[in-house]
Amino acid sequence: MLQDLKPGIRIPALILLLVLTLAFLIGGFSLLQGQAIQKQKVVLTLTAIIWGLVSVALLFFVMNEIASSMPRRIRSSAVAVVFAGPAVALLVWALVLPTLRSLRLSFMDANGRNFVGLANYKFAFTDPIMLESFRNNLLWVIFGTFFCVVGGLIIAVLADKSKRERLIKSLIFMPMAISFVGAGVIWKFMYAYKGEGVNIAEIGLLNALVTGLGGEAQAWLLIPFWNNFFLIAIMVWLQTGYAMVILSSAIKAIPESVNEAARVDGANAFRIFFSITIPSIMPTIVTVTTTILIFSLKLFDIVRVMTGGNFGTNVIANEFYLRQFTYGHSGQASAIAIILFVVIIPVLAYNLRQFQGRKVLK
Amino acid sequence: MSTAVKTDRKRFPLGKLILGIVLLIIVLVWTIPTLGVFVTSFRDSSDIFATGWWTVLPHKAWAKTDEIELSPSTDPNAPVEIEGITATFEEWRKGVDVTENRRLQWYGNKRSRRIDVFERKWVGFGANLTLKNYKDVMAAGTITFTDAQGNTITRQGNNFADAVLNSLAVSVPATIIPILIAAFAAYAFAWMEFPGRRPLFIMVVALLVVPLQIALIPILRDFTKWGLNGTFLSMWLAHSGFGLPLAVYLLYNYISTLPRDVFESAYLDGASPFTTFVRLVLPLSVPALASFAIFQFLWVWNDYLVALVFLGDKNRVVTSALAAMVGEKGQDWHLLTSGAFLSMILPLIVFFSLQRFFVRGLMAGSVKG
Repeated sequence: MLQDLKPGIRIPALILLLVLTLAFLIGGFSLLQGQAIQKQKVVLTLTAIIWGLVSVALLFFVMNEIASSMPRRIRSSAVAVVFAGPAVALLVWALVLPTLRSLRLSFMDANGRNFVGLANYKFAFTDPIMLESFRNNLLWVIFGTFFCVVGGLIIAVLADKSKRERLIKSLIFMPMAISFVGAGVIWKFMYAYKGEGVNIAEIGLLNALVTGLGGEAQAWLLIPFWNNFFLIAIMVWLQTGYAMVILSSAIKAIPESVNEAARVDGANAFRIFFSITIPSIMPTIVTVTTTILIFSLKLFDIVRVMTGGNFGTNVIANEFYLRQFTYGHSGQASAIAIILFVVIIPVLAYNLRQFQGRKVLK
Repeated sequence: MSTAVKTDRKRFPLGKLILGIVLLIIVLVWTIPTLGVFVTSFRDSSDIFATGWWTVLPHKAWAKTDEIELSPSTDPNAPVEIEGITATFEEWRKGVDVTENRRLQWYGNKRSRRIDVFERKWVGFGANLTLKNYKDVMAAGTITFTDAQGNTITRQGNNFADAVLNSLAVSVPATIIPILIAAFAAYAFAWMEFPGRRPLFIMVVALLVVPLQIALIPILRDFTKWGLNGTFLSMWLAHSGFGLPLAVYLLYNYISTLPRDVFESAYLDGASPFTTFVRLVLPLSVPALASFAIFQFLWVWNDYLVALVFLGDKNRVVTSALAAMVGEKGQDWHLLTSGAFLSMILPLIVFFSLQRFFVRGLMAGSVKG
């Protein structure tokens, strides 16, 4: 657009455009920080949304105008920088550099000032709370992942045979739209315990079922060790739908002729499931398993909301939060983050190998 | 089950029946917890504390029908005879069933000398429905409600109305900004030549599974230095950064498969890359953009950790408001359930109306960590 103008007008026009854009960015920001607008919540929200979106669009437009005005020789590279540059810069700032900075912090003391060697890692692998967290994370990773994947697979296979498949799958999948905090409230209510007393009616469904069957009401989240499983159940409830949807579409991709041929040869449904279905969808099972595994490794919200990590239910991601924000020890917190990262490196390497195998961008 | 399924075409469809029952049980387990919260959020607060939410269903329950005043001379410390039954105060206090459908129960302490008569009756619909819980949880000032014993309790409101607005102010830009940035980048990676193209894209793939915990402390330090803590801008920047790897990866996979002719004819018509992008690439990529948009919106709206770290108590979003409420008023189920439902309603609408796009995004992005 502007590149069609004569150089004498073009450069001042570009500078004017740049100044106006910057004025919009800074003006909008100070307006949003101002006292007057903070009270008008609806106005504030709308202004913030509009300002944020217009700013980004404007920035791209202005940068593109500048790049297009460059000498022909470097113009195409300049445009490429405008297109890919913001994403790369944001990624470097938000993920690449922080990884290195966390690594550095993990060798420093509480305030990140003095070098303390491996002390934070020694803490991470010897502190009793950390060891308990590692044990619990192991439970999450093993049982959480197992029940999600196996449950998802079973439901996918069963629903496939039902006439109401779409409805069933929608309902199982629905918890995916619910936040972990929301799920925490839902299940806290399921596990609710009213305690001892005359004529107490349990309002938690689980305790009502237990007392209805003649058992004794329990404070489920306070039972040592087993309370971890009551928390894991929440993740299974949330994530099984994910495993089910992905596995179901993989199962549907198996040609019906293969199953038919096996049936003609006299294979029963069990045989077909183990000899045809499972081997055919193995790559998908691996992907789903790793995704949920990484998920359960980083799990934070459920534990934070349900127990706060008390009663023997702590996990590493919660301890990371506590170390940084309750104890104010960025060194120990960073060491925990680095450990999380190191555990995930094999998955990262696997992804890269898969990607190198694809013939793209060569 | 397998043999049943195999033979169901020939014989009585017992297999189908078992399959149906198993599926029904699974579906009930998956939906009842949410249903319970939904029903409870509309029940009167004093009912919530007294009876389970499932009592809204038709059931037989003890209902108080009468009172008996004992004569003032009755000695509560000795066994008392009423309607031909003799029992101690403790037994009366617990309740004594005279017949199957009639129960007598001592009200209050020994001095009350009052017996309540309960009869077992069918209750068709056992709920006093109300919107008061929603009004209370959205309110900013003080609120009052009655508990099971009839006491009036005063609490500070949770200002969920503001939390919902804050969540919107965080989620909408934090969804659209990374899409825009990622779409530009994906187009460049797919259709432009520039030095470092391949190594930079490999970086994107590597970053897909990096746990965001690793980034929180350094970014928090930057925000503190720049004075951005507690602002919406900080959330947009952080969520854009964390969402970008998946966004670039997904959109690259889609945009790189667009037919080459489209770009060639645009180029021949003299269109600049910017025009081509805005006029052609964006409209053609709507399915992929929508998939990622839903994914990112649900992720940002439901996020708790990032909001907790960068927003703190300023500009609380729904997840942090709800979590704070669990901590402060863990037994106020009328507030917790209505708050939970307020936090779920928008994602559920998005989810059910755009489920197909969401599933597609999940499939394409199942490498995300």
